[in-house]
Order: sequence, then C-alpha cells, then structure tokens
Amino acid sequence: MKAAVLVFPGSNCDRDLAVAFRNAGAEVTMVWHKDNALPADVDVVGIPGGFSFGDYLRCGAIAARSPITRAVIEHTHRGGYALGICNGFQVLTETGILPGALMRNAGLKFICKPVDLTVETADSAFTACYARGQGITIPIAHHDGNYVADADLVARLRDEDRIAFTYQDNPNGSTAGIAGILSENRRVLGLMPHPERAAEPAHGGTDGAALFRSLVGALALA
Amino acid sequence: MKARVHVMLKDGVLDPQGQAVAHALGTLGFQGVGEVRQGKVIDLDLAETDRAAAEAQVREMCEKLLANTVIERFDIEIG
Repeated sequence: MKAAVLVFPGSNCDRDLAVAFRNAGAEVTMVWHKDNALPADVDVVGIPGGFSFGDYLRCGAIAARSPITRAVIEHTHRGGYALGICNGFQVLTETGILPGALMRNAGLKFICKPVDLTVETADSAFTACYARGQGITIPIAHHDGNYVADADLVARLRDEDRIAFTYQDNPNGSTAGIAGILSENRRVLGLMPHPERAAEPAHGGTDGAALFRSLVGALALA
Repeated sequence: MKARVHVMLKDGVLDPQGQAVAHALGTLGFQGVGEVRQGKVIDLDLAETDRAAAEAQVREMCEKLLANTVIERFDIEIG
C-alpha cells in the first residue's frame, strides 16, 4: 500500500503522519507542495496538520490552490483515497472535496488536549477497525476547528452515514458536534483530531492506530 | 485600476470573533453596542483599465480564492 504525505510551508505533522502510515505497513513518499504530480500508483494521500502558509487568508485556503493539490483533486475524482487531518481537513473543505467549512473555535481559544470521540460509522476504509458507537480518545490541537454546516448538509451527512466521528463534549462549537466526515464515495476522510498523535504507547494513547490499520488493511486487500 | 473587496461572514453564520469584540467594547464602557460582525478588506492593484472587465476579474478571484462562499459573502468596489 502506497501513501503520499503532502508537505506545505508550515506543515508540522507531516512526519508524524508518515510514521503512523509506516508503522501500519504503508510505503510512504513525502511530496512537496510545488510538485505537479503525485508519485505513480499512490493509494492514499495524507494531508497533514500544521499551519500551511501561516493560515494566511483562511486556514488551508492557499494550500488548497497549490499545484500538488490540483493533483490531489484529480486523484480523488479518480476514486483515490485521501486523509486530511486538522489543517488537512481545512484544506479538503477549501478545495470543495469535502463539504462545509471550518471556522474559528466558538470559545476563540486554541485548544490542545485529548478529547473523547464517538465513532459514528465503521463503514469506511478509515474506520473499519473500530466499532460503531465506540468511544475513543484522540488529541485535538486547533484554533479553527468549528465545523460549519447548514441543516440540509447535516441531514444529508446523517442520511448517507458520512459523519465519521463526533465529539462527546463539543469543544469548539462544531455543528452537531462533528469532528470528522467522509466524502460521498467514503474514500476521503477529513477530521480535526490527530489520530497520528495517539498511535503508539509513548504518545500516551493508541486509539488512533486503528485508523491507520483500517486504511492499510483495506487498501492492501483492494 | 484599484479594487477593494470586502469579505464578511454570511448572515446567520455565527461570528465568535465579532462577539468577542462586542464583549470587549462593553467592558470598555461603550453602551448600546448591538451585534458586531468582523470581516476582511482586501485591496488590489490591477493592470486592467476597463471597469466592467476589472469587476468581472475580481469577482472570479473572490469566487476562487478571496472568499469561502460556503460561509462568506463579498462586495467589490472598483476605482
């Protein structure tokens, strides 16, 4: 299974994400934002957390218009997999690959702490190793993680079982407590919490490891 | 030709920063401040000299980058 991890100026979780993919058994290539193409035969693109382009204009806005992101959009249109974590989730909403938007936390503060999530669906390559309704603990670290969606969008996400994770105690004002969502074809996941920061015992928690295990397992079989 | 773009959150989108500003104004003793909404102003210096063409160009810039039309609206001033 081949993964590519994008690197933008200001990305800071790129190497953590690469380690999590590798530990789950993936072969990982780092890809610079100015590249025009993804490596051949890439199965999944990881868009890491951080502060791409200093969060100028809006979080993820500039990264969403970078040369490599055009290649990621084409990859997802071809049915390729993508995982956007934190700033990566913001990039995915800015491209329109995932619906809705992420804005300033309702409490205005940067929040950096482990939070309790509920796994809302096990029906995806990202969540297959979890059980629906399972409680997991994963750290968040963001200033702009307040997921905004109108009532129609929330209803659609619910009807299509595309809400992947919700917060048990909503930390940032997100609509319907949404922490992560899937694309229509269930092959793109964006989430604010950082599973790569809870992927080995030294992190203080391992609840995020199953996400990488799920993904590598699903794609190795594909 | 100069253009100025105002980007504001759409009506109905909660503006936590605007609320914080309103609260701070109250703390400073300013009475009677209702809702506060915070936005952005972006000034552009364009090579285009035709007013309508400049406006069309800036509109496209807004839709593609300057505003996130999921949550924001924009107004364009030319000249």
